[in-house]
Amino acid sequence: MIGRSAGPASGEPMTPVLRARGLGRRYGRRWALRDCTLDIPGGHVVGLVGPNGAGKTTLLKLAGGQLAPTEGSITVLGGHPASGAAQQARIGFVAQDTPVYAGLSVADHLRLGAGLNPGWDAALARERVERLGLDPAHRAGRLSGGQRAQLALTLGLAKRPELLILDEPVAALDPLARREFLQGLMEAVAEHEFSVVLSSHLVSDLERTCDYLIVLVDSRVRLAGQVDDLLATHHRLTGPRRDPDRLPAGQHVVSASHTDRQSTFVVRTEDPIHDPAWTVSRLTLEDLVLAYMEGPAPAQGRPVLEVRR
Amino acid sequence: MIEFYLDGRSGVSPYLQLVQQVRHALRLGLLREGDRLPTVKDVVARLALNPNTVLKAYRELEHEGLVAARPGIGTFVTRTLTDASLAAHGRLRKDLLRWLAAARLAGLDDESIEALFMSAFRTSSQEDIA
Repeated sequence: MIGRSAGPASGEPMTPVLRARGLGRRYGRRWALRDCTLDIPGGHVVGLVGPNGAGKTTLLKLAGGQLAPTEGSITVLGGHPASGAAQQARIGFVAQDTPVYAGLSVADHLRLGAGLNPGWDAALARERVERLGLDPAHRAGRLSGGQRAQLALTLGLAKRPELLILDEPVAALDPLARREFLQGLMEAVAEHEFSVVLSSHLVSDLERTCDYLIVLVDSRVRLAGQVDDLLATHHRLTGPRRDPDRLPAGQHVVSASHTDRQSTFVVRTEDPIHDPAWTVSRLTLEDLVLAYMEGPAPAQGRPVLEVRR
Repeated sequence: MIEFYLDGRSGVSPYLQLVQQVRHALRLGLLREGDRLPTVKDVVARLALNPNTVLKAYRELEHEGLVAARPGIGTFVTRTLTDASLAAHGRLRKDLLRWLAAARLAGLDDESIEALFMSAFRTSSQEDIA
């Protein structure tokens, strides 16, 4: 059983695993990430979602210390990402498309992992490879996509990091391999209690696995919060046409669409909705994310929306 | 032992789905006092679900007095939900069938019946809140 009882549900503020202040990164003239201010609390599996090109990979690489910021600051687990070996040992990084060395065998990968990582958990690595049915003598280049991903995950897990970062780990996998990968990841989280940040452009991948969600659109953070809170505080209202200004003060409009007689709003509110004119329905996480992606961008300088309870 | 599932399209958060499935099983007598719930790790590994979600569901059930965690052993059902209201189900069902027959006789189709029922249901729940 896992003992993170001081974790998310109790509302205790923990040391943030990632803190960004005005973080930005430019490639030539193009900003890949801009004005990113973010606190990711510890003890979560955090989903980073957004369209392709929104800045997800850039943010993750900044967190992993593979990129340096152009402006602003970022700390990960309280330290600077590129500050050296001690910091690197605390963070696992599984890069996009879960790369492995095609010419090396499974056993070679484990030996390499053991040599490079001071906290290497050889038993965990061996046990996982066995359970996955991988032949240690098999060359990585000849594994299936799902097996390669599982090998890359094994390397990330056996490092026993405090934070594991995964960039689109399942994007290239078929549904079954995707499921098996996420099952293995979740099982490891239950057993070893580490924080996870994983990115995806598909919300459906994140719906079950993540308890904290960050939506990145056009290189900016549009939404950040605990998934349960997000689902509990967002509603779809359908009813006779109404001007958004005439909604109660506590109801913040995320998206609105109108026909000549009917209005449909996605609103965020902490209060129950009593108005009998509305048909109130729940949103799936995907609906919710889409509403934020479609909705108007918040004005410059306005604080990023965070749902707190 | 209960086997959990998740409905991704319901808009109900996963932790609430787990809570509701346990309550439902208790109401129908599928789970009884003394039964063990699956371990967090088992649920997580089967459903590819976040462990915090399962923990939160189990804490909620514990808070409601329905289950108790015995450290190192597991989480066990401590009480049932098959209550006295079960006796009233038969009569209520008969009333409802009579009402449905009357609605069809009046020319309502299935969708109209559902819309009317949901609208009346919402009005009555809102009156309860107010």
